[in-house]
Amino acid sequence: MARITSSVYTSHVPAVGAALDLGKTAEAYWQPVFKGYDFSKQWEKEQKPDVIFLVFNDHATAFSLDLIPTFAIGTAAEFQPADEGWGPRPVPKVIGHPKLAAHIAQSVIQDDFDLTIVNKMDVDHGLTVPLSLMFGQPQAWPCPVIPFAVNVVQYPPPSGRRCFMLGQAIRKAIESYDEPLNVQVWGTGGMSHQLQGPRAGLINKEWDKAFLDRLIDDPEGLSKVPHLEYVREAGSEGIELVMWLIARGAMSDLRGGKKPTVRHRFYHVPASNTAVGHLILENN
Amino acid sequence: MSLDKPYTDIPGTTIFDADKSREGYHLNQFCMSLMKAENRARFKANERAYLDEWPMSEEQKQAVMARDLNRCIALGGNIYFLAKIGATDGKSFQQMAGSMTGMTEDQYRDMMVKGGRSIEGNRKIGEKK
Ligand SMILES: [Fe+2]
Repeated sequence: MARITSSVYTSHVPAVGAALDLGKTAEAYWQPVFKGYDFSKQWEKEQKPDVIFLVFNDHATAFSLDLIPTFAIGTAAEFQPADEGWGPRPVPKVIGHPKLAAHIAQSVIQDDFDLTIVNKMDVDHGLTVPLSLMFGQPQAWPCPVIPFAVNVVQYPPPSGRRCFMLGQAIRKAIESYDEPLNVQVWGTGGMSHQLQGPRAGLINKEWDKAFLDRLIDDPEGLSKVPHLEYVREAGSEGIELVMWLIARGAMSDLRGGKKPTVRHRFYHVPASNTAVGHLILENN
Repeated sequence: MSLDKPYTDIPGTTIFDADKSREGYHLNQFCMSLMKAENRARFKANERAYLDEWPMSEEQKQAVMARDLNRCIALGGNIYFLAKIGATDGKSFQQMAGSMTGMTEDQYRDMMVKGGRSIEGNRKIGEKK
C-alpha cells in the first residue's frame, strides 16, 4: 500500500525562483534564505520519495477569472512551467502521476470534497519554487508530482477547517492505493505577507512563529482560526497559509498515530516582500 | 440581506471578493492577456489601442496607463492579475508592492530588510499606533 512518510511546508516566493534562475543565490541578501534549505535538499536525497502531492495556489496563471475552482487536482501526465509574464522559469517540466491522482480524486470526492479535475494546466511559481528549494537545479525533477491547486485569489478561500478535513480525506485516499509508494504531502505559500495597497510589506513574526508552533502541536485548534485573523494579522496574501493545513491534516497522528517528528524548522525575513517559513514533519 | 464583510476595517487593504471581482472582470482579464509574449509586444507598442480592445471603463484604462496600482485595485483589479502589467514593464513584485505604499523603492526595500512593516497600529482602521 502507498503511505505518507512525511509532510513538507514552505513559502513559494517568486523572487526566490528568480534568484535561483539568475544565479544570485550566493548574494548576501539571498544566502540566508537558501541556507535554510541545505538540510532539506540532503534530506530529500535520503528520503527518495516516489510521488509528491503538492498543495499550492495558482496566482492567476492557469486560472483566470473565467474559472475559479476552490480545489483542483491535476490528473495529467505532465505539466509545463507557466509564462507568468517574465517568460517561463527555466526548470524541468513536471511529470504527473495520473493513476494515483485519479484514485485520489475518486476517493476524496466520494468523501464529500467536490474537487475539480484538471487534465491540462500550466504550473506557476507556487509549484515550481518549492521544487527548486527542495531539489535544487536538476535536469529532471526526481519524482512525479500531483499538483493540487487551492483558490486563495478570490475571497473567500476555503476555510482552514475545510482544508484540514480535506487533508484527512487525502491521507485516507493515498493509503488505500495498492502500490507501495513513498508519498510526501507538501503545503506551500505564506508566511505573513501583503503585496497590495498602502499596507504592503506587512510582516508579523510573532504570529508566524505561533502558527508554526500550533501547526506542529495543535493543528486541530489552529484549523479553527477564521479567515479574518489570517488577513488582519498575516496580511492579505498571508491567507495562503490555510493550504498548510491540508498537508498537516494528512499526517497520521490525526487518526490515532504518534505525533510526527519535527525534522527541520526554518524562518527568515525577508525574501522580497515575504516571511519565509519552512518545516519538515516525519510520520512515526 | 447583504453579505457580512468583516474585513473592510483593515487599513490599506482591499479584499478581492466576489463584488470586486465582478467590477474588475475585464481589467483583470486584460492583465491576463499579457501572459502571451505577442500581446505584451502589442500592448507596449500602443497601450491605448490595446486597452480599447477591452470593455473596461475609462477610469480603469487611465489607471493602467498611469500604472497607479492602488487605483487599479480600487476599481476591481487584483494584485496577482496586475502583476502581469509589472512583468511586462520588467518590474519585480517588490517594486510593484512598494509602488503602492508611498515609499521610494529604496525606502521600501530597506523596510523589508529590517523586518517589514510592523503589525502594531496596522490591524484596524483608527487603531492607536
Ligand atoms: Fe503565493
